[in-house]
Amino acid sequence: MQRIGVFVCHCGTNIAATVDVKQVAETLGKEPGVVVATNYPYMCSLAGQDLVKDAIKEKQLTGVVICSCSPRMHEGTFRKAAQQAGLNSFMLEIANIREQCSWIHKDVAEATAKAISIGRAAIAKVRNDQPLTPSQNPVVKRALVIGGGIAGIQAALDIADAGYDVDIVEKQPTVGGKMTQLDKTFPTLDCASCILTPKMVDVAQNEKIHIYSYSEVEKVEGYIGNFHVQIRRKARYVDEDKCTGCGLCTQKCPMKKVPNEFNLGLDSRHAIYIPFAQAVPKVATIDPRYCRMLREGKCGLCAKVCGVGAIDYKQKDSFVEQDYGAIVVATGFNPIQLDKFDEYAYSQSKDVVSSLEFERLMNAAGPNNGVLLRPSDGKPPKTLVFVQCVGSRGTSCRDKEYCSKICCMYTAKHAMLVKEHYPDTEVYVFYIDVRTPGKNFDEFYRRAVEQFGVHYIKGMVGKVVPQADGSLDVQASDLLAREQLHIKADMVVLAAAMEPDKSARHLATMLTASMDTNDWFTEAHPKLRPVESPTAGIFLAGACQGPKDIPDTVTQAGAAASKVIGLLSKDHLTGNPCIAECNELRCNGCSSCANVCPYGAITYVDKEFKMPGRVVVTRRVAQVNAALCQGCGGCTVACPSGAMDLKGFATSQILSEVDAICQ
Amino acid sequence: MPVNDTYRPKIVAFCCNWCSYAGADLAGTNRLQYPAEVKIVRVPCSCRVNPIFILRAYQRGADGVILCGCHPGDCHYTKGNYFTRRRMTLLFSMLDYLGIEKERTRVEWVSAAEGNRFAHVMQDFVSTVSKLGPNKRLEDLRCKTK
Amino acid sequence: MESAESMKQEILRISGVDPLKCMRCGKCAATCPCYDEMEYHPNEFVFMVERGEIGPLLSSKSLYRCLSCMACIERCPRQVEPAKLIEAVRLYVERAKEGSHMTPQDMVGRLEDQMPQQILVSAMRKFNK
Repeated sequence: MQRIGVFVCHCGTNIAATVDVKQVAETLGKEPGVVVATNYPYMCSLAGQDLVKDAIKEKQLTGVVICSCSPRMHEGTFRKAAQQAGLNSFMLEIANIREQCSWIHKDVAEATAKAISIGRAAIAKVRNDQPLTPSQNPVVKRALVIGGGIAGIQAALDIADAGYDVDIVEKQPTVGGKMTQLDKTFPTLDCASCILTPKMVDVAQNEKIHIYSYSEVEKVEGYIGNFHVQIRRKARYVDEDKCTGCGLCTQKCPMKKVPNEFNLGLDSRHAIYIPFAQAVPKVATIDPRYCRMLREGKCGLCAKVCGVGAIDYKQKDSFVEQDYGAIVVATGFNPIQLDKFDEYAYSQSKDVVSSLEFERLMNAAGPNNGVLLRPSDGKPPKTLVFVQCVGSRGTSCRDKEYCSKICCMYTAKHAMLVKEHYPDTEVYVFYIDVRTPGKNFDEFYRRAVEQFGVHYIKGMVGKVVPQADGSLDVQASDLLAREQLHIKADMVVLAAAMEPDKSARHLATMLTASMDTNDWFTEAHPKLRPVESPTAGIFLAGACQGPKDIPDTVTQAGAAASKVIGLLSKDHLTGNPCIAECNELRCNGCSSCANVCPYGAITYVDKEFKMPGRVVVTRRVAQVNAALCQGCGGCTVACPSGAMDLKGFATSQILSEVDAICQ
Repeated sequence: MPVNDTYRPKIVAFCCNWCSYAGADLAGTNRLQYPAEVKIVRVPCSCRVNPIFILRAYQRGADGVILCGCHPGDCHYTKGNYFTRRRMTLLFSMLDYLGIEKERTRVEWVSAAEGNRFAHVMQDFVSTVSKLGPNKRLEDLRCKTK
Repeated sequence: MESAESMKQEILRISGVDPLKCMRCGKCAATCPCYDEMEYHPNEFVFMVERGEIGPLLSSKSLYRCLSCMACIERCPRQVEPAKLIEAVRLYVERAKEGSHMTPQDMVGRLEDQMPQQILVSAMRKFNK
């Protein structure tokens, strides 16, 4: 037999002025199951709370209804009080008779009648309440960072600084990411490697950080606080522990015509290679697509010259399994492929390059040792044309609809660097809009125009036509001067749009993290939770979430790290007990619930059921992960057999409220 | 059927906890009046509302049911209200088939900042339902308590 | 004389173009092979129609200089389709006059071996209603 207590609050005169609280208490006191019904001027005061607590103890109440203000205001207060008095806190319900009754009505009789009705609904719900206990899930004190670019490096360093172990998974042979390929950085023009390589060394030397280079995430299971991840360590055919990075093998290897990815194919490397001098870890890697030993079984030169016997042609992909409490996604970006933009003659002429290629051409560690020469004939270019927004801000199928954000600034940087090193060069920049919000950004762009005399022309380039004499005819329209231009250029540089790394989509599926239509990871809230994924325990850093420059990337990586630290500092995570629950006897394993769950909280298991007649049947049934479920209840409606229910807002509870209201 | 002056409709409002329930609270905080016939049931998300709940309300004698959730795109659970929108579209065609006036059921998006809008929506809905008169079509007479 | 607004609406209706999609990059003008022959360039058609400055366009020779090569449609990053707008202005002018300027029969006498088909198509577009 249930024993319910009803407590009606006056809230001073806030409620009592329009609701006859005595009558409400008296009427509700006659409801079945109600053993005590009283009223008090301020229920939320300590004295009021004591009134509730004493009643719970004295009358051995099994449920409590507080008729007061909104549950958004004091539900927590009263539930805590109930807990202290020994009643499960979820056996208490609030009837909102202030915001939704006394404050909006003037007629006392009408308001009192409504308050009684609201109270009845709450009593009806309490009758169907079940005691709930929040789950306590232990937190694994280790973080995983996916992607070893500047975002991943910064996040890992910050997390390690707080004393937690961090693993970085990087698919390339070295960490460093896109920033290693850059020459100078805007708006200060300091050299990218000079500021990045010390951080790479920090990562390598930090005892708390382990780098899995040349590795990829293979499988992710689990949930916030307790992810189980399998990492594929791709065979690099070199023993990482033995290799000293002396580089002798990379000089002796006879296969020397392999396109060098680090220089975007502008020069070549050997089949066994170290991507660049400051690589971390500084370990050689054999490219199996080109190695003669691996392809034909002949050669073996690198093994002969290696002084420490690090070469192992028989190496296979291996797997590492590890548990993590949190995951930071920092998979970064790539410039788009330009083959669909052939009006700029990108595939017809070597002298039409993308901005990242231009970055390598200008870089002191690049293919020309920093001397700017035309890729086609090695002559210094005299006229350069930069085209902005290539593939950005368009609506056709080859374009990206967004602004890639960083192109205005790096193009200004390129233009300025060219003019600084080669003042007799003519530099044209064709733009639609120049967008330079950021600290010292607009000043930087104006310096390119005013101090260096870069020609900024409003208008897109229509087409680029390679000429017989090796020059490029750039046809464009100067919209402000209303004239058609034909510029005889030596080189054309295309500011290609940014797109998310291709691996991101697959990774998002593994992590059940959501993405937008452009495959950028979405944040839990665009303003208030910008570094968290909607999936609990997954955090976002850098350009995997949207186009970003280096300062923004580092900021976001630091923010993501602080969120991870906050999570890892807890020993246990207290779950929300109002979550979905599957009645396995009703579940038919149809997957309807899993398909609508925004959090990937529902999985399926094969379970044995004892049926009448000693028959054991194995059936596929849904299982709700308490740590992932946020309690929206979408699955309860999707379930065709009614197996799914939501604790705290159970179908029986809501229907009893509806019945009470319609009485 | 003639509607007498004392007729007061019974109206059930399902409000999601994060937007519409907070919007209703805001209407209260701002002392914005709306008819007392509206009684609110709090649900975590509009997608928790099973069409069965709405049918049950009609069975038990409700004259109108209104379902309020966050604006599309603003759902606390990212996409719950999209499910609601689709499910309700189906329910509407079913109610149509059953012969229940379509004005009796309504889906509205009310954010936590729209106390004003909440009050307006409720006033408008109650006056619409009042004009339609009592809902007899689905009422289960066995459920009558009086 | 119709109001500029109604002329604009009619031209937009004929063309099906939404000039508000244009973000003034000028790629249509930059890619236009007839740029030097034209008084008003494709980008100017888009934004003059948008501003309701239809009068100067109606009397402009540029209407007949457009080759209908559709390069601007192909290259426009925002899918504004300037050539359709030019054609719509031209049709607006032509439809106010009586009769078509050219029928398929007129073509026969003018055919030449080396003539690209595009010219025929373009001529029919231009002088027919």
